[in-house]
Amino acid sequence: MKPDLTAMTAFLAGDAQADRLVPPTGFTARLTIFAAAAMAFLTVFAMALSLATGRLADRWGDELARASTLRISAPMDQRAAQTAAALRVLETTPGVAAARALSEDEQRALLEPWFGPDLPVASLPIPQLIEVIEDDAGYDAAGLRLRLAAEVPGAVLDDHTRWRRPLVTAADRLRLLGWLSIGLIGAATAAMITMAAQAALAANAQVIAVLRLVGARDAYIAGAFVRRFTLRALSGAALGTVLGMLAVLLLPSAQAEAGFLTGLGFQGWHWVWPLIIPILGAAVAYAATWQAAHRTLKELS
Amino acid sequence: MSYGGGELFGDISLTLSPGSFHFLTGPSGAGKTTFLKLCYGALLPTAGHIRLFGADLRTMSRDDVALARRRIGVVHQDVQFLEHLPVADNVALPLIVSGHDRNSEAENLRELLKWVGLSHRADALPAELSGGERQRAALARAVIMSPEVILADEPTGNIDWEMSQRLLQLLVELNRMGKTIMIATHDMNLIRAAKSQVQARVLRISQRRLQTAGADL
Ligand SMILES: Nc1ncnc2c1ncn2[C@@H]1O[C@H](COP(=O)(O)OP(=O)(O)OP(=O)(O)O)[C@@H](O)[C@H]1O
Ligand SMILES: [Mg+2]
Repeated sequence: MKPDLTAMTAFLAGDAQADRLVPPTGFTARLTIFAAAAMAFLTVFAMALSLATGRLADRWGDELARASTLRISAPMDQRAAQTAAALRVLETTPGVAAARALSEDEQRALLEPWFGPDLPVASLPIPQLIEVIEDDAGYDAAGLRLRLAAEVPGAVLDDHTRWRRPLVTAADRLRLLGWLSIGLIGAATAAMITMAAQAALAANAQVIAVLRLVGARDAYIAGAFVRRFTLRALSGAALGTVLGMLAVLLLPSAQAEAGFLTGLGFQGWHWVWPLIIPILGAAVAYAATWQAAHRTLKELS
Repeated sequence: MSYGGGELFGDISLTLSPGSFHFLTGPSGAGKTTFLKLCYGALLPTAGHIRLFGADLRTMSRDDVALARRRIGVVHQDVQFLEHLPVADNVALPLIVSGHDRNSEAENLRELLKWVGLSHRADALPAELSGGERQRAALARAVIMSPEVILADEPTGNIDWEMSQRLLQLLVELNRMGKTIMIATHDMNLIRAAKSQVQARVLRISQRRLQTAGADL
């Protein structure tokens, strides 16, 4: 026998008479609800972590892969000329879709986190930055470096791969760990529910034997237990999820100040994701209790 | 049939024909309870075959056994109830687990409780009942589904003669309605009383065989 969905919805509707046949257990019920809530709470964070690092990896992998930076470090009086020369070189480089010198304001914004506002960028010997956007084919970095070395001595090409690749790898790994944690939390929940269900079944062995003797089918007896644990897991997980989502919502946002970082949290339709946690929790409880009940019943005549 | 040690009994061939009335006697430990357990599928025979309503017990699924038990009312020797539910609910238990609407059977339940003299104890918990009251409640639970077969294991073990007579009366009436009855008992007076009212066969387990008792009873 296997759990199936139609039976699941039908039985959640409940059978008040069947529910009374198994004596109520206040304490273990609260423990189950608490465990489910705690697990759901943790799942929300693991999920937020996975989604956030996923965003990060995508962004670094995608956007930055197509962008590089040219740095013109030249004496003040040659800076404008070298910048113009570099732009000319870039315009004629195959694979470069666009090249643009950053304005003073943009450079100031980049430095602001370190030097504060009102930095007199123009009067400082700060290198001029040129943003280079590749087209889909990409350009030949080695070839470009050679040409720049000849024509613009103060230019240094940074194609970002040097620091981007380990970051993308780290973000990918973090995302994987996040999903792995969710899997482990699910398995641990199943284990806890199984133990709780097993305890409940053992405590009610006499009830089960009597029900069996008066002609109750296995599905009926199992249903009384499965319904309880599923509802407890569902309500516990719902509570934990709501609390977890609130906690994520209340996380201080770092968006504006750290533009290249991404806030830990959910964005846009990703807020739908945590809503499946209670359903998953209930499904795990359903399957675990069902297994435990049928194992117990098999041993009974 | 054996529990792993020596054979308890064997070489038995018996068919309970519909509407028959049987007593099962024999010394304590002879295997009366064991025999009844075989009859409602609580035990499988170590050798031979048992057929419930024509189906071989060995080939029946667990659900088949559950459904067969709804057609067999059993009064167990060690009467077991759901101790957290009142007597009325316990008596109605077979109805509840088979999905009957209890409310439509409320009248039936009240009649039955009155018959076994437990109307005033309907809301008591099983633990609050006397031994005899428990046995009467067990009989009521056994017959509430109006089963085709009623198996009673020492149903009069704890009750006085007058109440025994009333229980017997109920079983005799059920038998007249066409139910098949089998009662395991030591009580020879009960058997004699029954014999004056119905065509009852008396079976005796002794020396590991099932014998038809003589006419001396
Ligand atoms: N589950 C069991 N495991 C092992 N042996 C058992 C089991 N149940 C009963 N027996 C043994 O089988 C024998 C028959 O038991 P049973 O209960 O059928 O006797 P009985 O005729 O009903 O006796 P009584 O009149 O005392 O109720 C006894 O010797 C008993 O000890
Ligand atoms: Mg016995």
